Amino acid sequence: MAQDSIAVANGAEHEATTTGLNHRKMLMWAFLGSDCMFFGSLIATYLVYQGKSLGGPMPLDVFDIPVTSVSTFVLLMSSMSMVMAYAALTKGSIKGFRVWVLATAIMGMTFLGFQTFEFRDFANHEVVVDCTNLDMDKLTELEMEVATGCGPGVDEVEESRGLTPRTNLFGTTFFTLTGFHGAHVALGVVWLLSLFFYSFRAGGVTAKKSLNVDLAALYWHFVDVVWIVIFTVVYLFGVFEGF
Amino acid sequence: MSQQTEAVEQRTSSGEAHTGHPTPATYLKVAIVLSTITAIEVAIFYATWLGHGIIPVLVVLSGAKFSIVAMFYMHLKYDARLFTNFFISGLLLAMAIVIAIMALFRYFA
Repeated sequence: MAQDSIAVANGAEHEATTTGLNHRKMLMWAFLGSDCMFFGSLIATYLVYQGKSLGGPMPLDVFDIPVTSVSTFVLLMSSMSMVMAYAALTKGSIKGFRVWVLATAIMGMTFLGFQTFEFRDFANHEVVVDCTNLDMDKLTELEMEVATGCGPGVDEVEESRGLTPRTNLFGTTFFTLTGFHGAHVALGVVWLLSLFFYSFRAGGVTAKKSLNVDLAALYWHFVDVVWIVIFTVVYLFGVFEGF
Repeated sequence: MSQQTEAVEQRTSSGEAHTGHPTPATYLKVAIVLSTITAIEVAIFYATWLGHGIIPVLVVLSGAKFSIVAMFYMHLKYDARLFTNFFISGLLLAMAIVIAIMALFRYFA
């Protein structure tokens, strides 16, 4: 056999290796394993400093779970469209591949749009306290702080209390963690769009060379599983009092 | 072709390294399951009566989502065992790092 190439089940070929497995794919898995450690340390740092901020805003003040749930759903669906793109390619449908990979990139960009909106919203966070109907038990620590401005003749107090990486420990750890995840998503979008445009070149993306798409898909799914953890640990636990 | 290459080729063609991928219908079913779990997570989040019980429930649901994506979308269920070992090793090391950092900063104290 010329070049000692090995045909694998999905039709992609690679050179003979001692394990019988493609080295590029193995390298990708090794990279994903190491990236687990990277995100693990960022998540641990977030947890260690949780509740240690000297002043607000805290997660309870800024997080909007319904909005983040929608962006989580979008990222989950992008994973589905990515496997559909791969499946279409292995069946030889380049048109199907283009449609699904473009859909994946668009959903990735939508997720980034949500993140940009969220970051902007956090940075411009306004605390509004209705002084005419004050119920101290239902107020967050930050709202209680702002409520000190209430007095005779004052119906409402409004104060700008934006959250940036420099505001408090929560801001620093939160923006570092989610920012790095966002950077991973952005890189993934660039990768997917590159594959999309490359597919218009004759022989650029073919079923025989499906490994190129498989590697991009692995990276994309990894970004998705990292978000699954972030959504639970940072957002759902973050808003839960007593965690 | 060397003897080693022949052995590798035999192993690959026997399907040990790669046992095929699921169909688009399976991918769709997986997407429905993932969406359902996410919806349950959000619903449980609003069930304040669960108290601290919410934490293990969310951990289990999140772990289930993680495993489903890794098994079906990342094809670990169908690919060579070595890929799974690579990923699991990284994951275990990551968990060790998380626990070590938290212990170092007396998170559990």
